[in-house]
Amino acid sequence: MSNREKIIEVQNLVKKFGNFEANKNLTFDVYRGEIFGFLGANGAGKTTTIKILCGLSKLTSGSVQVAGINVNKHPEAVKKRIGYMSQFFSLYSDMTVKENFRFYGGVYGLGKKEIRERTLFFLDKLNMRSYENMLLKNIPLGWKQKLAFSVASIHKPDIIFLDEPTGGVDPITRRQFWEMIYEASDNGTTVFVTTHYMDEAEYCERVCIMSEGEIKALGRPRDLKNNYQANNMNDVFLKIARNVE
Amino acid sequence: MSVSINVKNIVKSYEKADALKDISLSIQPNELFGFIGPDGAGKTTLFRILTSLILADSGTVNIDQWDVVNDYKEIRKITGYMPGRFSLYMDLTVEENLQFYARLFKTNIKENYDLIKDVYEQIAPFKNRRAGALSGGMKQKLALSCALIHKPRLLILDEPTTGVDAVSRKEFWELLKKMQKKEITILVSTPYMDEAALCDRVALMQSGKLLSLNTPQQIVDDFEGNLFAVKTEKMHPLLNDLSSFEKGIRVYRFGETLHLVSHTEPEKTKEKIKAFLTGKGYQDVSTEQITPVIEDCFLALMNNTTSS
Repeated sequence: MSNREKIIEVQNLVKKFGNFEANKNLTFDVYRGEIFGFLGANGAGKTTTIKILCGLSKLTSGSVQVAGINVNKHPEAVKKRIGYMSQFFSLYSDMTVKENFRFYGGVYGLGKKEIRERTLFFLDKLNMRSYENMLLKNIPLGWKQKLAFSVASIHKPDIIFLDEPTGGVDPITRRQFWEMIYEASDNGTTVFVTTHYMDEAEYCERVCIMSEGEIKALGRPRDLKNNYQANNMNDVFLKIARNVE
Repeated sequence: MSVSINVKNIVKSYEKADALKDISLSIQPNELFGFIGPDGAGKTTLFRILTSLILADSGTVNIDQWDVVNDYKEIRKITGYMPGRFSLYMDLTVEENLQFYARLFKTNIKENYDLIKDVYEQIAPFKNRRAGALSGGMKQKLALSCALIHKPRLLILDEPTTGVDAVSRKEFWELLKKMQKKEITILVSTPYMDEAALCDRVALMQSGKLLSLNTPQQIVDDFEGNLFAVKTEKMHPLLNDLSSFEKGIRVYRFGETLHLVSHTEPEKTKEKIKAFLTGKGYQDVSTEQITPVIEDCFLALMNNTTSS
């Protein structure tokens, strides 16, 4: 594992809001092509960390390298190398499927030809070619999530951040979504994912569990279950994560 | 004290979609009843009809002797409703929100404090904080307190645990169990299949239809076929390989294992799976016959509806 290429390197990351320390001295690495689960109770500090990794928020101290770039110094450069998708913010509902691809392709500076190629590539893969001119708001949620994942990958990012991508999705679609995650990982894309479904934690290569702004556990699901003498990741989570309200 | 509910042939369509397709069910007094299903199943639409907030296209709903259309005023007096989207006043403090809802129902916090004590105690230290500044979990507890402050006989909670972490979800369900003891009929909807096991009875819903309605135990007992959990030292390519085990076999990821549904004799099946995978070069193959959980049942029922 140690000779794998590191795509995210976080050292002694601290983030304070006034007197409140949302991230307390985090140190961890994520490897190229890895599926990295980022778990924790509500308020554990996950979103704070993700925002910093994406260049959306400044750290208070420490160092963060994403795709070899110092995020604090070059937040704009980082944004070109990452994709982001969340359950709540993703695509524009008043634009068609095709327009959403074109918009995001444009944001990432792709040329017309490349946007067209990438759009067709994803629509064929999803079997959705005939829906390209349909407005997003008329597309069922499960398909929307798959489209959002594709759009977030349009510029072939090194890392894709998925923030609760499967919330509210039916169990069949949820599993299809994870097949897409595996495929991206096979192709060398790093997947950084948060979820409240503990069975999905099992699908990750390594899992990091945050609580009260700290990393309480980090490792392969198999090892965490052994260490905490738990039958499944849900039990591990219940043993580690305390509510911090 | 708590009420019974009778839903008969409810149909509701929106411009573009049929939200509820002929739903009939009844709920017993003091039941903790779960509506389990993904987004688009029709859970919220049904709850809005039950709370008299929208009208069905056809069909009837009775809550005790009251009709949900004609006697909506009576029904609103006895119902506590927590919508899926947080809808308290962000600019009022925790305590002000609670006072406001108490006064709407011509009561006060003191009179029914006993009922909300377990929930409200957890947010009472922040009673002077504005609701907008609360964390997700605390907002939810405040919303529950407000829904309970008039001592309702029917409590309807629309996805109270969506987006909530596993620890807080567990705590929330413990609270609901306590509420149930106070003679309230409780309806709760959730996309999390594992929460079904905590209800007295559940309706599994998908695209405006009932897939099944029963006790969680009976739904599990009705599962057709034998279920196996398969695990090898290499999990990643296993789904692809195992899919070709038998023609038309159903196999899907389930946490750290794959689940496989078979209709042949269990011991033989286990041996066959082992031999099949060993032949494909897998090591440490373990196959175990297991009891399905609600998610397995839901997947099977979904499969039946799409293929029929």
